[in-house]
Amino acid sequence: MTPLLQVKDVAKMYGARIGCTDVSFDLYPGEVMGIVGESGSGKSTLLNCLAGHLAPDRGEVVFDTRAEGPVDTVTMSEPARRMLGRTDWAFVHQHARDGLRMSVSAGGNIGERLMAVGDRHYGDIRARAADWLGRVEISDARIDDRPSAFSGGMQQRLQIARNLVTGPRLVFMDEPTGGLDVSVQARLLDLVRGLVREMGLSAIIVTHDLAVVRLLADRLMVMKDGHVVETGLTDQVLDDPQHGYTQLLVSSVLQV
Amino acid sequence: MIELQNVSKSFTLHNQGSAVIPVMEGATLSVKPGECVGLIGASGAGKSTLMRLIYGNYLAASGSIMVGDTDVAQAEPREILALRRETLGYVSQFLRVVPRVPALDVVAEPLLSVGTPIEEAREKAAVLLEGLNIPERLWSLSPTTFSGGEQQRVNIARGFAYDYPALLLDEPTASLDAQNRATVLGLIEGAKARGAAIVGIFHDEAAREQVCDRFVDVSAFTPRAAA
Repeated sequence: MTPLLQVKDVAKMYGARIGCTDVSFDLYPGEVMGIVGESGSGKSTLLNCLAGHLAPDRGEVVFDTRAEGPVDTVTMSEPARRMLGRTDWAFVHQHARDGLRMSVSAGGNIGERLMAVGDRHYGDIRARAADWLGRVEISDARIDDRPSAFSGGMQQRLQIARNLVTGPRLVFMDEPTGGLDVSVQARLLDLVRGLVREMGLSAIIVTHDLAVVRLLADRLMVMKDGHVVETGLTDQVLDDPQHGYTQLLVSSVLQV
Repeated sequence: MIELQNVSKSFTLHNQGSAVIPVMEGATLSVKPGECVGLIGASGAGKSTLMRLIYGNYLAASGSIMVGDTDVAQAEPREILALRRETLGYVSQFLRVVPRVPALDVVAEPLLSVGTPIEEAREKAAVLLEGLNIPERLWSLSPTTFSGGEQQRVNIARGFAYDYPALLLDEPTASLDAQNRATVLGLIEGAKARGAAIVGIFHDEAAREQVCDRFVDVSAFTPRAAA
């Protein structure tokens, strides 16, 4: 089987400071990988390099495209990368307002991504938007409301609907449950897990919440100071951490 | 089906003066299809550690752990995930699930992940829950709110939903009443009859005499007080 994403020796420097360095891994279809580490460990920098939002200084990010097979997205043309960003890739931001258009209705937010890939029939677009609102548990009575009238948890679910409506194969998530209260978090986790299974999605999830990765991620990568210090199966890394930093991270979690 | 050769395990505590704690040495075990092997030994002897090593939850320091054709001690995460999905089941003492997912779907999940259609998976889950006396009015509720005994039975139902060729059972009959205990022993015997290789920990002596074909005393694998 061809990996969906092959990351080879990616590095990003901010002047003399290390953003992230020496990162390599393969992600296979249907796999969910978690990236954990404290603030400033380079996990968001890495995610942005992988998703094409930042240009890495070194390395390759090879994506298995539908049309041409594995292609290095770092060196591909800007329009081609943008096209990927609208079709096979999705990016869920930590703050929903970074991923939504706040002055456009909920239905418009979802429909916009469909129109970007060529859908033109208004009735179809609206019907699919309503269907996706239902899947993320937002009443379709709210389809014409603007996201600014939604609660934080609803905005986050709307952002997920907007991202997944075009049937992407790879989803990048940056702290998707950060800032949400725990009951909303659980709902979102359940939703994401179901979508991963039904749609065969692969995902890379950056978070500092170990409980979130335990429930969502198959594999885990632990970062510190821009370096990957440990990788492995999620439950193995959390239950039998090998690196001193991971041991500290796991033992620092407050028990409820 | 399950073959352990000379497996050892130690924990290194980097944040506590890099203390190295050897917990297992020279563990060797072989379980054939249709056979149930009981692990015995005092608390702390390493029964659960051995189970976790087989499941890939703990990383072995040396040796080989073959489950089918996969060496868990060497395999990539992706291979272990496939092994857990298709070959190796584990009934632990604790239920760990996403809150809000109904009990019926928790039990059906192992079937869904191997591609069983949802109706069929739920039907099988319903039969198991019914057999383990979980009242139907609880099926649509999340097991996180259930009592300890009910959670354990949901966990057992989940472990037996898919017919794994190899099974690890950690205290499956603890804290069950006589009727449920008989049902669980029946499930274990059914799994043996269809050819599953089983490793179990049972503190309940009558239960282990009934289902286990032989016993392995794990204290033989405890490192001799070197530290």
